Amino acid sequence: MPTSDSRAAGGTRRRRRGPRTWLAALPLLVFTGLCFGIPLGAMAFGAVTRTDPAGGATRLTGEHLARSLQGPYLGSLIGSVQLSALTALVGGVLGVVIAQAVVTSRSKGLRSAALTASGVLANFGGVPLAFAFIATVGISGVVTQLADLADLGWNLYSFTGLTVVYLYFLIPLMVLVIAPALDGLRPQWREAAQSSGATGWQFWRHVGLPVLAPSLLGGFVLLFGTAFAAHATAAALVGGSVPLVTLKIADALSGNVLTGQENVALALGLDMILIAGLVMAVYLPLQRRSARWLR
Amino acid sequence: MLRSSARRGAAVLLSAAVLTTLSACGAAPDQKSGGADGAKNGVQPGAATSVADFGSMEALAAAAQKEGELNVIALPPDWANYGEIIKAFEAKYKIKVNSENPDASSADEIAAVKSRQGQKRAPDVLDLGIAFARSGAAENLFAPYKVTAWDKIPVTQKDADARWYNDYGGYVSIGCDAARIPTCPKTFADLLKPEYKGKVALNGNPTKSGSAFGGVYAAALANKGSFADIQPGIDFFGQLKKNGNFIPVESTPATVEKGETPISIDWDYLNAGYAQQFKGKGVDWKVTVPADGVFAQYYSQAINKDAPHPAAARLWMEFLYSGEGQNLWLKGYARPVLLPAMTEDGTADKDAVAKLPQVQGTPAFPVSAELDRAKATLAEKWDKALS
Repeated sequence: MPTSDSRAAGGTRRRRRGPRTWLAALPLLVFTGLCFGIPLGAMAFGAVTRTDPAGGATRLTGEHLARSLQGPYLGSLIGSVQLSALTALVGGVLGVVIAQAVVTSRSKGLRSAALTASGVLANFGGVPLAFAFIATVGISGVVTQLADLADLGWNLYSFTGLTVVYLYFLIPLMVLVIAPALDGLRPQWREAAQSSGATGWQFWRHVGLPVLAPSLLGGFVLLFGTAFAAHATAAALVGGSVPLVTLKIADALSGNVLTGQENVALALGLDMILIAGLVMAVYLPLQRRSARWLR
Repeated sequence: MLRSSARRGAAVLLSAAVLTTLSACGAAPDQKSGGADGAKNGVQPGAATSVADFGSMEALAAAAQKEGELNVIALPPDWANYGEIIKAFEAKYKIKVNSENPDASSADEIAAVKSRQGQKRAPDVLDLGIAFARSGAAENLFAPYKVTAWDKIPVTQKDADARWYNDYGGYVSIGCDAARIPTCPKTFADLLKPEYKGKVALNGNPTKSGSAFGGVYAAALANKGSFADIQPGIDFFGQLKKNGNFIPVESTPATVEKGETPISIDWDYLNAGYAQQFKGKGVDWKVTVPADGVFAQYYSQAINKDAPHPAAARLWMEFLYSGEGQNLWLKGYARPVLLPAMTEDGTADKDAVAKLPQVQGTPAFPVSAELDRAKATLAEKWDKALS
């Protein structure tokens, strides 16, 4: 993703840009339009309109959006942002530390084992993950019983518990996305810094971190998005006791209790897109600024 | 001002996109099964409001067999014995039952009716939570039809226009694994005792799951609340959460069997089913209907107004509300709506009745406005009480 933009800006690709190159992108554009555009349009339409159940007449209204930003719905949005930001931050930091250890170690075996394991674990989510945790550290879980975790105040079915479960797949995800960037840090830079008398800290402060910044931020955004959109794990684990926006949407859209909440669910979906858009708006300009180092 | 045609256009585009990307087998809109077949007195099967419109049960069965199929949705085979009910119906009338998405919710059912209007795959009959039966009737989605046993259904449990009527239900009960819990709780007040720390679960989130909602309502009744005031129930669970007794794990057959939810507040027919299912597997599941919070709720049946198989849909209703259909529900530990009448005339399956958890008195039901208010309160306050 970072390369196409910067290469075009660098001029290497500019020559090939003819009037008809967009044709090659047409299948992608059509696919995007169908699979993202239409649902997005339908969602936005449903979020701002209301259909009279008896007559069938539809009119514009801001009521659903307003409701989605009040009371428990607002609470669920805040809860989701808090959980996603916290897990993305912790997962990001731990992921970088682990990836750096793997990348700098001289063992090829460790490297391939760690990356393969990360690939598997990063995709281990949903209900199976929740049940794996329930069986291990749930109330009657094996480890809980053996180590008397309950007496130590451990509770899997809480915000903390959910954070731990999310980190289980977020850390490997961070390792996967950041390892190539860490590989891109040329050893020569470090050697040059050292021969100029820089300490390790100074190298990271003035060279390493600025160069890595876009990748780190990109990883954070990816982790945030993954945690923000996660539903099945949380649904199986905490039910309604940790307010999360994805759970609220599910309640409103396909429940047995609340009727006539479909449009509020659509409005909540729109809120989620707006939040994701805000995060991207911070990420993209920063990424463009410093992506050129890592080609 | 936006007209409904614009909305429908968007829906058509959306479904076209989904169909083309996800599956190649889109079903074209189907003509309503026309013709004069099966309907005597010039009444089409889709307009028939009772078996008299067909002339006789045999004529109804013949018309249904001509259609040959019945689309049902959201009927889990292990829920209230639906597996056996479907098999019995298929065997008796030689009609193929297409069971779609057994684990769907009431909201999914209504969505299927709306989005597949006029299609051959639309559900013919619906088994709905009461709120969805009422809202669906208000949206004019159901066909009025009076089954033969119509008069025996209590007035409080049917729509005056026969667009929906209750089918089966049960009481909120406390299931408890006596193999793990030394003394099983018998009342809501018992649940607060410190000995049940980390042991009490609901069947889901009450803003989504009907049985969990019933659990909160029952807890309200047990704590000086009423149908009009569910707040004490919410406070009760807040208290339960605060003292560490409540666990937010959704109780399922799996969590019950593994001992993850050793005490589970759920419908008595599900809890009684677990008792049977896990007998001899290290689970000694005891079921009590708590005397301090008696709350019953029934599901409702309705016929899709645009049912692709209108005669089969009506025959299914007649089957469900026959002695045979009602006893099959009873066999699944559910209490069919005609149970009082059948106990009186002696047609109820006595063995199955004996297996039901004991309850004193007859159930009362909240009226529509009370139910709406309870739900609004719950949606507003539940999160805060539990977090």
